[in-house]
Amino acid sequence: MQVNEKEFKPTIVAFCCNWCSYAGADLAGTNRLNYPADVKIIRVPCSCRVNPMFILRAFQRGADGVIMCGCHPGDCHYTTGNYYARRRMTLLFSMLDYLGIERERTRVEWVSAAEGAKFAATMNEFVETVTKLGENKRLEDLRCKEK
Amino acid sequence: MQGKMIARAKELLQNGTVNRVIGWKAGDFAYDITPAVFSSAEELDAGFVYNDFCGANFSKYLVKESRKEGKILVFLKPCDTYSFNQLTKEHRIIRDNIYVVGVPCDGKTDGETLKLKGITGITGIKTEGDSFVVDTLYGEKTIAKADALPERCLSCKSKKHVAYDELLGEDGEVCESNRFDMVEKLEAMSSEERFAFWRGELSRCIRCNACRNVCPACTCERCVFDNDNSGIAQKAAADSFEENMFHIIRAFHVAGRCTDCGECSRVCPQNIPLHLLNRKFIKDINEFYGEFQAGEDTETRAPLNIFDTEDVEPSIVYEKGGN
Repeated sequence: MQVNEKEFKPTIVAFCCNWCSYAGADLAGTNRLNYPADVKIIRVPCSCRVNPMFILRAFQRGADGVIMCGCHPGDCHYTTGNYYARRRMTLLFSMLDYLGIERERTRVEWVSAAEGAKFAATMNEFVETVTKLGENKRLEDLRCKEK
Repeated sequence: MQGKMIARAKELLQNGTVNRVIGWKAGDFAYDITPAVFSSAEELDAGFVYNDFCGANFSKYLVKESRKEGKILVFLKPCDTYSFNQLTKEHRIIRDNIYVVGVPCDGKTDGETLKLKGITGITGIKTEGDSFVVDTLYGEKTIAKADALPERCLSCKSKKHVAYDELLGEDGEVCESNRFDMVEKLEAMSSEERFAFWRGELSRCIRCNACRNVCPACTCERCVFDNDNSGIAQKAAADSFEENMFHIIRAFHVAGRCTDCGECSRVCPQNIPLHLLNRKFIKDINEFYGEFQAGEDTETRAPLNIFDTEDVEPSIVYEKGGN
């Protein structure tokens, strides 16, 4: 069988809250739901832990898309963390868009520990969107490229 | 105005209200006026100036100055008082050690702008109605304010002092400002055009950190960019990521606290319109979380320090116009 080397496989970084989406990803796994292996999960104690710099760093080190998953508003393990995160991410994504970086490369989704199916569906959809966009060129760091 | 200010400063020094004055000092040329601390009447006579080149915002100097012995007198223009309020709110300055005298402002120009308009050999400047009358080695030249003022002054947000102990001259009003016009124009572009625009601007950045150092909202003792591993310290303008990252994070760290004083753009040696990044955040905050003007008072909390359970979702970014 010939492996097509030209086929583009995006690298997706997913920041997942320890208390909900990370468990949601686990549930997706135990339920044998498929989602692409291109999604690299980084566990954070709360979506509020995600510093805007993390998102930019992920792009720098080769991510083609970055998604942040947290508890549904109102369900934060620490009561209010995700509300702050929501404001921050809204402003950051708007700024990335303002600088001309494709807005589809960033996303926030609220996924609870019970929503394994939603986790898988979200990731499938996000990977598809980013695959269509192609490689991250506008926010890349040439020094971090392997080739 | 300059005479009045010197006279008042001398009085306050003499009656012991303050023991030093922070003000503008004449430099080697008429247009390179620099901030300075004066501690005697003689020093004031020798160097104190206040004219149409005095753009510097002194609020940030007070972070260190207000921690020194004795009270300091500071002259603040209307837009500087917003920064002053913001710093008071954040407990960055010790209000009791400061005596604020509000001074009026009709827009400040700078030598660079005049040079670009072909006015060189500057020896002095004065305002006459809607024009600047500039004394040069080649005679007197007149230039309309609309041509000589930086964008921050053309779209002035307020001529009203929001914090002062006393005022010299008349207090103004909050202005009807068109400051978001350029942001809206950029938003209406396609993402390719926006990317090209910002590449053109940000690729000139030499990472001199002047915008960070002058910003009255950037007052951290240890800055995230002082970290050797921050990856923004490469002086060579070789990598677009570094520039994007530096400017996004710089603007983000002051989001909700930026009073839109425009100092960042004023000091930029490469003339990058940095205020357009800050204004984007201000505009978004106004749209998403309600009208907010940082530094308007010393009570309200910054929009990123609070939340509402009914806040918009980040997906609003995809629903907005443009593409």
